[in-house]
Amino acid sequence: MFQILNEKGEVKIELEPELSPDVLKELYTLMVTTRVADTKALKLQRQGRMGTFAQSLGHEACQVGSAYAVEAKDWTVPYFRDLGTYVTLGFPLKYWYLYWMGNEEGMHIPEQFNLFTIAVPVGSQLPQAVGLGLAATLKKDRIAVLSMFSDGATSEGDFHEAMNFAGVFRTPNVFLCYNNQYAISTPRSKQTAAKTIAQKAFAYGFDGILVDGNDALAMYVATKEAMERARKGGGPTLIEAYTYRRADHTTSDDAAKYRTEEEVKAWEKKDPIDRFRVYLKTLGFWNENFEQRVQKEAELMADEAVKDAESTPSPAIEELFRHTYSDMPQNLKEQLAELKSVLGKDGK
Amino acid sequence: MVQALNQALEQEMLRDKRVVVLGEDVGVDGGVFRITDGLLQKFGTKRVIDTPLAESGIIGVAIGMSVYGFRPVAEIQFMGFVFTAFNQIISHVARLRNRSRGRFSVPMVIRMPYGAGVKALEHHSESTEALFCHIPGLKVVVPSNPYDAKGLLTASIRSEDPVLFLEPKKLYRAGRQEVPKNDYDLPLGSAKIVREGEGLTIICWGAMVPQAQTAAEAVEKEGIFPEILDLRTLSPLDRETIIQSVKHTGRALIVHEAPKKCGLGAEISALINEKALLSLDAPVLRITGQDIVVPLSKSEDYYYPSPARIVWGIKQTMEF
Repeated sequence: MFQILNEKGEVKIELEPELSPDVLKELYTLMVTTRVADTKALKLQRQGRMGTFAQSLGHEACQVGSAYAVEAKDWTVPYFRDLGTYVTLGFPLKYWYLYWMGNEEGMHIPEQFNLFTIAVPVGSQLPQAVGLGLAATLKKDRIAVLSMFSDGATSEGDFHEAMNFAGVFRTPNVFLCYNNQYAISTPRSKQTAAKTIAQKAFAYGFDGILVDGNDALAMYVATKEAMERARKGGGPTLIEAYTYRRADHTTSDDAAKYRTEEEVKAWEKKDPIDRFRVYLKTLGFWNENFEQRVQKEAELMADEAVKDAESTPSPAIEELFRHTYSDMPQNLKEQLAELKSVLGKDGK
Repeated sequence: MVQALNQALEQEMLRDKRVVVLGEDVGVDGGVFRITDGLLQKFGTKRVIDTPLAESGIIGVAIGMSVYGFRPVAEIQFMGFVFTAFNQIISHVARLRNRSRGRFSVPMVIRMPYGAGVKALEHHSESTEALFCHIPGLKVVVPSNPYDAKGLLTASIRSEDPVLFLEPKKLYRAGRQEVPKNDYDLPLGSAKIVREGEGLTIICWGAMVPQAQTAAEAVEKEGIFPEILDLRTLSPLDRETIIQSVKHTGRALIVHEAPKKCGLGAEISALINEKALLSLDAPVLRITGQDIVVPLSKSEDYYYPSPARIVWGIKQTMEF
């Protein structure tokens, strides 16, 4: 397994990338922001201010480290547990909260982001990511496409079809599997008999690499290398980020039913943020003041986003009908008119 | 019809560089029905893409290409094999515009041969258009003759919305018709009265149009002159033309080769009841495929709506 920072935050000198203090601090800040925004979302959900959502707790390194390797022209195809990716790409968190609050307006992705919408059906985004890659190849654009999914998705036919197409057409795709050990209650051992997920790449004619998904440095280095190879026409790569879903599957799930507390505790010791903090401290880039500032700024950012999201009105009824077709057909016009005639002026 | 479709593809590929064709055997082989014949030679492997044998992959990849600015025309070799791509079509092709609040759209055409009547193998005779018509966000188009086939396929490629383009394989090589050499498009969502008449409207599409025409000719000697409406687009329906025609004739017979239960005929019948009940002199009748699996070749005729069954339906309705 490719690892640069071990669980204690000790660095493997021979693998240590040359990154500026600013970059290292930014990686840390992004991970902390992710956790703060995620924790905030959980509180909102428990208070009934947000709907069901999938927590990212424990995925900060594999989300942030990988997304940090994405360049402006690249495309990112996330899955539904990807808060750190949004944070890292600079996506306005207001929209992320809005989406999970059940407001369609949160699904709009501002033009400056080459970011795909969230696909809830597991693994179905992967052939689409390959389509983006194939299109870029045909246009001779030197970009890469990063797409995320979980260990459960590797059992889906679309995973196979996507990997197969990518291999045949040598598309510039980087497939990033967050192997977080569970698909709801089903453990990784029941998804595949293969020793690793990374090895599946070989059957499709390209490389797979197993990376410590709780090590932001390793995730960044591995993703950056794969993305650069893709941009240069070197074809696809599968990255297996070995990590653990410390939270329930979603806020509607109770993981205590299918796994032990000891198991979860053991993974808490491998926390991605803790080990990065130790590393920063060793380098002399971390102190209490820095920590407080990072925490405070993250809280502020999340608070602002939630405030903006909560003050955003629900979409107008017209908006619900507007985006089904480019032009509204007669039956939709009739239904819209009928609904409006039944509703009072206050929309009730 | 094969040549008309081929011409539409070639002319649109010439006109618009964003148009690409992809699917199983569409390149070197020119498609199993030869609809894409010669395109590879003219446009090369970057625009005519032979893919691995995987329907979900084909549609999924075409979605990504659409979002990146292409206008893919994806071929599913037979409608009976579209089901492995269902999730991509229903969960994504149909919804991406809505899900992204209009940022992304999927101006894609999914072509597929459909329907029975050619004594084919199992899974080669399906007519499951109703499944797609049920889904918000998709358009469903079915031509019944070469002239419409070319104009409707051209319009489908130019459409900003995803179109399922169903090609009645019984009509691929049935008869000849002069088709204009230049490119032209026909409006989507617009039905056509292919035979003006009185007292009864036969509503049909695809391979059922010539069947209905044969039946209509057969009842002429009995003084019955049905109007025939070729829907051409099944979603969205040309509601106005259907209603107008039924109000004019006072009776409606719907003919489709898909099974009756929850078929598109039920939707059309409900529409007529909602909008033209007081104009009706008889209940709306449906002559359709049976509610069974399409039989293999030796028994296919028992399934398929024949002119004789349509004549029977016409008489039932007229004599009510």
